[in-house]
Amino acid sequence: MTLPDAMRETWVDVVALAALTPGRGVAALVGGRQVAVFLVADGELFAVDNLDPFSGAHVMSRGIVGDRAGVPKVASPMYKQSFDLRTGRCLDDDTMALTTFPVRVTAAGQVQVALP
Amino acid sequence: MAAARTLVLAGYGMVGHRFLEAMVGRGQLGPDGPWRAVVVGEEPYAAYDRVSLSSYVDGLGADDLSLVGPGFHDTPGLVVHLDDRVDAVDTAARRVTTAQGRVVGYDALVLATGSVPFVPAIPGTDTPGVFVYRTIDDLEAIRMWAAGCRSGVVVGGGLLGLEAANALRILGVQATVVEFAPRLMPVQLDEGAAAVLQDRIEALGITVHTGCAASGVRAEGGQVVGLDVDGRDEPIQADLVVFAAGIRPRDDLARSAGLDVGERGGVVVDDGCATSAPDVYAIGECALHRGRVYGLVAPGYQMADVLAGRLSGRDDVAFTGADTSTKLKLLGVDVASVGDAHGTRTEGSRALVYTDPLAGDYRKVVVSNDGSRRVVGGILVGDLSAYPLLVQYARGTLETPERIDALIAPASPGADAATGAGVAALPPGAVVCSCNTVDAGTIRAAIQDGADDVGGIKAGTRAGTTCGSCLPLLADLLDDEHRKAGVAVRRTLCEHFDHTRQELFDIVRVKRIRSFAALLAEHGRGRGCEICKPAVASMFASTASGYILDGEQSTLQDTNDHFLANLQRDGTYSVVPRVPGGEITPDGLIVLGQVAQEFDLYTKITGAQRVDLFGARVDQLPAIWTRLVDAGFESGHAYGKALRTVKSCVGTTWCRYGVQDAVGLAIRLELRYRGLRAPHKIKSAVSGCARECAEAQGKDVGVIATERGWNLHVAGNGGMTPQHAVLLATDLDTETLVRHIDAFLMYYIRTADRLERTASWFNKLEGGIDHLRSVVVDDSLGLVDELVADMERHVAGYECEWKATLADPERLARFRVFVNADEPDPSLVYVRERGQRRPAFPHERP
Repeated sequence: MTLPDAMRETWVDVVALAALTPGRGVAALVGGRQVAVFLVADGELFAVDNLDPFSGAHVMSRGIVGDRAGVPKVASPMYKQSFDLRTGRCLDDDTMALTTFPVRVTAAGQVQVALP
Repeated sequence: MAAARTLVLAGYGMVGHRFLEAMVGRGQLGPDGPWRAVVVGEEPYAAYDRVSLSSYVDGLGADDLSLVGPGFHDTPGLVVHLDDRVDAVDTAARRVTTAQGRVVGYDALVLATGSVPFVPAIPGTDTPGVFVYRTIDDLEAIRMWAAGCRSGVVVGGGLLGLEAANALRILGVQATVVEFAPRLMPVQLDEGAAAVLQDRIEALGITVHTGCAASGVRAEGGQVVGLDVDGRDEPIQADLVVFAAGIRPRDDLARSAGLDVGERGGVVVDDGCATSAPDVYAIGECALHRGRVYGLVAPGYQMADVLAGRLSGRDDVAFTGADTSTKLKLLGVDVASVGDAHGTRTEGSRALVYTDPLAGDYRKVVVSNDGSRRVVGGILVGDLSAYPLLVQYARGTLETPERIDALIAPASPGADAATGAGVAALPPGAVVCSCNTVDAGTIRAAIQDGADDVGGIKAGTRAGTTCGSCLPLLADLLDDEHRKAGVAVRRTLCEHFDHTRQELFDIVRVKRIRSFAALLAEHGRGRGCEICKPAVASMFASTASGYILDGEQSTLQDTNDHFLANLQRDGTYSVVPRVPGGEITPDGLIVLGQVAQEFDLYTKITGAQRVDLFGARVDQLPAIWTRLVDAGFESGHAYGKALRTVKSCVGTTWCRYGVQDAVGLAIRLELRYRGLRAPHKIKSAVSGCARECAEAQGKDVGVIATERGWNLHVAGNGGMTPQHAVLLATDLDTETLVRHIDAFLMYYIRTADRLERTASWFNKLEGGIDHLRSVVVDDSLGLVDELVADMERHVAGYECEWKATLADPERLARFRVFVNADEPDPSLVYVRERGQRRPAFPHERP
C-alpha cells in the first residue's frame, strides 16, 4: 500500500549527535514547528513539542530530565510539571500531554526528527 | 612556659596526619602546646587519601585527595619537610638524620612509614611498563604509560588489585586480573561471594584468572609485552603490568636502628604503640601489634589516637587490637566482610547463605553452634543494607535477634528495613564508628545535647568523619532519639535518594564526591530529577567553589542557573547585575540605562536596591553581559539559590543620625558572600542606626549599628510568611561580626533542607536561639573554625560566572534559541505599556 504523500514522514536534520549533552535538551525549528530534542543519560533520544501547555511558552527544551519510577521524563522549567518523554503524557495531570515526534540518528551521526 | 619537647614524625601518610590532628585536638601541639613536631615525608605531597587513589585517574587532582585542612600547616610548632626521608635513627643520641642531610634531635620519635607493595621475585619486574600501586606518583606514572596502551595485567586479585584494575579501566585499558588464590579477595570473601563478585567484574569487561601464579614479565624491545603465568604456555598479552599483590610493612629504618621487628616484618609495638627503643613509637601499617600487621586505615587511626593520648600523659588509653570488618566498593560492586567471615575462628560454626546470582547478590551470616546461636561474622556482596547491624552482632555489642534469616533474606515490601529496627537496642558501649572509635552512648549524648542532625553528630563526636560507612547508623540513632523525644521529622530528598539534604551534603563533603553520576550510583537510584539534580549541584557549589556549568554540572541546573538569568513568563529572561550595598555611581547607572535602551529591556528597580532588566532572549544574554562586564558589573546571582544582596541605608556616609558606616559594611559583606550557593536564597541588610531604614530584621542576616559596634540579627524573612529576625549577638566589632555570619551561614548551608529559608530552618532548630548561639557564638561544637575555613575557601574561589562564561567560547555555545536556526522564538509577542514593553497576554495576541 502506498501512503498518500501528506502522511509520509519527512526526516529533517536537526543537529549532530556529538553536539548534544547527555541529560540536557535543545530546541530546534522543524518545518516551522518548535521541537525539543533530548539526549538522556543512557543514550536514548526523544523529541517532544517545545511548547509548555501550562505556561504557553516554548521552553520544554530547557527542562531538567530524569526519571520518575523509571519513566524517562522532563520537568517544565516554568511550573515544574513532568512529562513522560516516550509518550508525552503529563505525569502530574492526565488531561495534558505533549506531542511526540519520531527521532533517529543517521549513519553519519545526524539527529533527525520527523513531523507527522 | 617550659621549652617545648620535640616530636619527630617519620612518614606523612594518612595515619601520620591523623596522629598530628589528634595531637592538635588534645592541645598537645599548637599554641602553647607542650610539643613541637617535625614531620618528614618522602612524597612530594602531604598526607592524602590513599584509599581513594583510583579516583586520581578519574579526574581528581592531588589537591582533591589531600587530607590536610586549610591552615593546618600553619599550626604553631609544626614544621613539615616534604620530599625528604628519615634515613637513620640514633636511639642513643636521640636524633634522626634525613636523606637531605637534616639532623633533628627528638624527645619522641614516631614511625609512620607505612608499607611497600609486595613484588614477587620473578624475572622482568624492572622492565619499563611494570608498576606498583601505592602512591600518587605511581598512579601518575601508570597514567602516562597507559596513554598508548590497549591491555594491562594486574597481579593481585585482592582489594588493592581490584582498585588497580579499576584505575586501568578508567584509563581505557583492557584489564586482566591474575590472582594466586583460587578466588578473588581471598582474605575477605568465601568462594560463593567471590564467584558473585567475579561475575559482576567480568560483566564490566575485566578478565579474571584465579589460582594462577605470575612467573615472569615478558619484554620485547625493552618494553612489557606480556605476563607469563604458571600452567599456561602462552603469556597473557599486556602493554603494562601492575603489581598489587599485597603489602609488606616498611620497617627498614627500624631494623637498621636495632629495634625489634617481627619475623615476617613489622615494628613490634605494645598496646601503647611503643617500640623496643625508649621514646620511639610506631603506628599504622609499619607496626606489628600482638603478632598482627593491619593493612587497613581504621586500625591505624586507632593507633594514632592512642599514641596521641599516651604522649599527652594518658596511660589509660590503649590499642588492644582492631576489628577488621570492612565495607568497600570495588569496581562499582559493594562488598563487605565482617568479623569471623570464614567461620574459622569459631569452633563448629554454621553459615546461613542467601545468594542470587542473577541479581549479583550474596549474603552470608556465620553463626556459632554452641547453643547461644550468636552471629560471629558474615559476608555481603551487592546489597549491604545489613552491614551496620551485622557488625554490631559480630562484635557482640548487639544481641543476635531471634530471626537470623531476616538479616539476609531479600527485602519484602512493607517489611521494616534491616537497619533502623535494631538501633534502639544498641547498648551505650557499642562502637558505631570504627574509624574514630565512637560508641552509641557518646552519639546519643551528643544528640541529647543538641546535635540535631548527622552533621551535628559528626561535628560533636567525629563519628562518621572518615569512611562514612556508619552514616546510615548515625541517622538511625538520630531518628531513634528523635522518636523518643517526640520529634519525628525526616525528609528524604526525593525518590532517588533515601537521604535528607543534610545527610547528602555530609556525604558529598566528607567523601568529596564531585559527580552526580557517582553520588547516584553510590547513594541513590534511578536517573535523578528536577528536585535532586539542582539540590546536588548546589551542594557541589557550596563545598567547592568553581564554575557551575561545565560538563555534567550543566545538566543538573535549573534553567535559571543554566543561563545565569531569571526565566520570565514568556520564556525570556531577566538580567540583574550586582550593585553591592545598593551603592551605584552615575556612570554605572548610565550604562544600565544604555544597555536597557539598546536591547529594549523593560526596566524596574527591585526591592533589594538593584535594577532588573527584563525581556532578554537567551541569544542576547552574552551581548548584554559583554557590555555590563566591560563596564565593571558582575553577576548578581538573582537566578541562584545564593546570596542575593546586602541592602543598606546610607549610614554615616551622609545621614545625620547614622552611627556606623552601613554602606561600607554592606559592600564588604556582599563582596564576601557573593556567589555563595545555599539551600535557598539568602538576603541581608545593614542599617546604620536603630531607626533601621534597611529593614534588616526581615532578612536572613540583618546587621544594625550601635554606638559600640554591630548587633547581629538572623533568620528573619519577608515574603509569604514574614518573620522577625532573632537577635544573635550584640555590640560586635566588625571582625567578630563577620566570623559569626560566616559560621551562621555555613551551619545553615550544611544542615538545612532543600528550599528551606533560614527562618523555617531556625524554627525547626531544637533548642532554638540558645542552641544557635551556642554553636555560632560560643562554639560549643568546636565547629566554628571549620565553618569559617569553608567560607574562606568560598571567598578565595569566587569568580564572576558571567565573566567566566564570556571568556570561553564553549560555554557560550549554549546561548542559542534553536540548534538549527539563527532566529528568535517566533512566538514572542509584546505590547507597550507605560513606555516599555511587556509580553502580550493571550487575549492580546494576534
